[in-house]
Amino acid sequence: MRPELLHLPLALFCAPLLPGIINRVKAFFAGRCGPSVFQPYRDLLKLLRKGAVFSRTATWVFRAGPLASLVCAAAALALLPLGGLPALVCFPGDIVLFAYVLALGRFCTVAAALDTGSAFEGMGASREVWFAALAEPALLLGLAAMARQGGELSLTGLYGSLEPAVLLAPGGPALLLVAAALLIITLAENSRIPFDDPDTHLELTMIHEVMVLDHSGPDFGLIQYAAALRLWLLGALAAGLLLPVRTGRPWLDLTAGLCGLCAVALFTGVVESVMARLRLTRVSQLLAAAAAFSVLALMLVRGAP
Amino acid sequence: MIWTLLGVPLASAAAAFAIRADGPRRGLLLAAALTHAALTAACWTIQPAPVFGGYLALDAAGRLFLSLLSALFLAASFYGAGYLRAAGRTKEEEDAAGFLFANAPEAVFTGCLLCFLGTMSLAVLSQHFGLLWVGIEATTLCSAPLIHFHRQRRSLEATWKYLLVCSVGIALALLGNFFLAVAARQHHDLLMTVPELVAQAGRLDKQWLKAAFLLFLVGYGTKMGLAPMHTWLPDAHSEAPSVVSALLSGALLNCAFLALLRVNAVLAAAGLADFSGELLVGFGLLSMAVAAAFIIGQGDFKRLLAYSSVEHMGILAFGAGLGAAAPAALLHAVNHSLTKGFLFLTAGNLLAASRTKSVGEIRGLLRALPRSGALWLVGFLAITGSPPFGTFVSELWILQGALARHRGVLAALYLAFLAAVFAAMASVVLKMSQGEPSDRLKEVPGDDADPWRFWPPALLAAAVLVLGLWVPPPLLDAVREAAAVLGMR
Amino acid sequence: MSFWLESLIILVVLCNLRVLGSSRLTACIQTVALQGALLGLLPVLAHLDALSARLLLQAAASTVLKAAVFPWLLNRALRQAGLQREVEPFVGFTASLAAGVLFLGAALWLAARLPHAGPEALSRLVPTALFTIFVGLFVIVSRRQAVTQVLGYLVFENGIYAFGMAFAEKQPLLVELGILLDVFMGVFVMGITLFHIHREFDHLDTDRLTALRDS
Repeated sequence: MRPELLHLPLALFCAPLLPGIINRVKAFFAGRCGPSVFQPYRDLLKLLRKGAVFSRTATWVFRAGPLASLVCAAAALALLPLGGLPALVCFPGDIVLFAYVLALGRFCTVAAALDTGSAFEGMGASREVWFAALAEPALLLGLAAMARQGGELSLTGLYGSLEPAVLLAPGGPALLLVAAALLIITLAENSRIPFDDPDTHLELTMIHEVMVLDHSGPDFGLIQYAAALRLWLLGALAAGLLLPVRTGRPWLDLTAGLCGLCAVALFTGVVESVMARLRLTRVSQLLAAAAAFSVLALMLVRGAP
Repeated sequence: MIWTLLGVPLASAAAAFAIRADGPRRGLLLAAALTHAALTAACWTIQPAPVFGGYLALDAAGRLFLSLLSALFLAASFYGAGYLRAAGRTKEEEDAAGFLFANAPEAVFTGCLLCFLGTMSLAVLSQHFGLLWVGIEATTLCSAPLIHFHRQRRSLEATWKYLLVCSVGIALALLGNFFLAVAARQHHDLLMTVPELVAQAGRLDKQWLKAAFLLFLVGYGTKMGLAPMHTWLPDAHSEAPSVVSALLSGALLNCAFLALLRVNAVLAAAGLADFSGELLVGFGLLSMAVAAAFIIGQGDFKRLLAYSSVEHMGILAFGAGLGAAAPAALLHAVNHSLTKGFLFLTAGNLLAASRTKSVGEIRGLLRALPRSGALWLVGFLAITGSPPFGTFVSELWILQGALARHRGVLAALYLAFLAAVFAAMASVVLKMSQGEPSDRLKEVPGDDADPWRFWPPALLAAAVLVLGLWVPPPLLDAVREAAAVLGMR
Repeated sequence: MSFWLESLIILVVLCNLRVLGSSRLTACIQTVALQGALLGLLPVLAHLDALSARLLLQAAASTVLKAAVFPWLLNRALRQAGLQREVEPFVGFTASLAAGVLFLGAALWLAARLPHAGPEALSRLVPTALFTIFVGLFVIVSRRQAVTQVLGYLVFENGIYAFGMAFAEKQPLLVELGILLDVFMGVFVMGITLFHIHREFDHLDTDRLTALRDS
């Protein structure tokens, strides 16, 4: 069996493990024993068994939102290479499609949140869009820097040409900058500390969570699942850049890619344990710094020979 | 000999910091100034050998500026000794707003003054661009404590501005140094000394050389007080003690001018004289215009003199940029230094007598302070370039140079700015001199009779007058030779 | 070697961005110290194949000065001045960062226009040096406190030093040390002046130093 065909089902099946790992790390740092890493699966199954409640004022936009965002995440997954394996679909320029499919998913969530007409959800949506507007240039510019370095325009081509030697060659430090920017974006896009606290339930301070307050039952389950997929997507970008293991054996490479994802989850957990949430006004500065990293990398990489 | 020229001021500076008694320290100041002047005078007969691998040498231009520096410092040190004696008597003084303030310790003042002389000599003597930079930057640092001699807010503010603006400006000149090194990069055997670069100028990279000159112009131009980088100058000159103002204006600005001319020499040798000349002319005229604008209606007589320095630095840059008038520019540097030196020293006497720098509060100088008042009036005539003073001769010569180059418009602008400055200064100075003495001058403390503080400016004034009536041939030769050394023709 | 040189350059650039974006004075001072230390390493890394005692001495002198002495002087001035620990900018931090990115672009553009001279490995140093110079000037004009202006001067000086490292290996050692001594004395005298300003005015806000002006 060709391993790249395996990637999509693997991602769809394993993605909820990542939040599980993060929770486990946080519990470890807090001195608790914490839930099992499979707890997200149980939560999802429980939510899928429940019924849903819809507001009378909500329209089909609200009902379609969770499913649409899940579909977008899955579509982006099809473009994602992992551990040196090519993606299911790849063509020059798919980095732009990748970024915008992710953005489309967010748009659906935001539209659903606005559809409820609730003041809190509108506030959350506005904050989410504000951060996304800052994170998106950072992501695109970072990918552009990689594209300039590698001379490729598809994600598969970009990650396929990476090697450990590339990182240590001239131009490597610029790629490390991109990796730093991608890690910051991963935290921001997945609403993790220091941007947003996924555990808090105080509406005034929440960003992502407040947006999905009105979803319940299977819809909420879909949203949770889509969030796990997004973590997988962006984490794979950062991990693929930092751990470009190329052994030539697909299975080994895939395992290395999965280890990289676990490392990103561990990193996220550690960050969440040791850092506090930033003030809202400082969030934009951190994202601006990520964008600055990307711009710097774009300026510094040498064009492909 | 060159080591002695540098060593005498620096060693006496170290001694001045150590000596506790005031009297011997003042004596040391005078002795160091006299020794330095004697050594400088000896340089006119014995050509001193270059030292430190040719990095320190005395060429014709250096000799001219060194003599100027030395003469002015001699006058200033005699005046300063008198000034310190008077200032030492009262522990606290009263400023314009009625606040009491103390002065800095006299040892610090004397030590820094001598250091100032040493670093200025270093700047004049260096033939290496890096060393030149070190010297010029060191002058800033030595003179900053001098400006802050009166421990009060206004002088502190002036010191801060002086330090920051000049340090940043001169740092740009350091960047210019590096650009110059890049221009010479193709030839690894080149030393960064003036004669070597002038001799090998054809092999330098033109584009980097141009960029380097721009940085030097901004950097040393800041120190020289060319507009629009002159902003520190009026503040520092007006708040420093008058001795220091005289040295800043008469000697320090010249050092920066010489540094600029040395860079200019390299450009001229590389065939870029037009490029650098046009820039110098442009900045020169701009400085004159800015100075004229601020002199009109100026209410503080020391600031008036400071802006006049900006104006004269403009004239120097204008003359140097024209090429044909280069010897005239150097002669004007001599005249300006002597004139501005005695004007600032006289201003110090006025300030000591009236305790105000405000033009509006001083009337009837000629009656209240006959000797200083007369000097003030003479100084005004001399600094505005009226006959029969030396400045008239050199300014006329520069005008002649402009006309010889068929730069009629520039010459007209030059005349217009000179006329504006004359009119503006006349309205201020004549009002101050004539009429009944104002309240401030009613009870004069008698400083006017202090010979220590009258004769130095008076002798400088006499020198300017002599230079107007008769330029000694040796001086003329020296000026021409210096212009030739600096590659201006 | 090239990898480390490039990492060093990127770190220098990041230090600049941190100086622009940081609101804590002590953090700014640390960043400038770090930048000084990085630049002290620079000549050693740039001329790794031709190390000499002169180069090492120069690097050691500048590192000690920039990474230890200057921060100490500034921290002392800060301690004497009491509790003003926040940078007070005229231009906000996010706007400063944006300006910084613009400066970076300008520096790259300018460096590309300057006729190229020098080994390939050092070519990245020119835009970095120019960027550092721009940032230094920007900090001097856009920050309110006198301490921050000295900090800006140091950044500016670092930029010039970086430029000199890239090219001017021909300066005689004594001149080089003279330059360092001058910069040291400059910061020292500025430190003393800061002390006086604080004692006299009870603040270090340069925009309140307005007694001297021509109306």
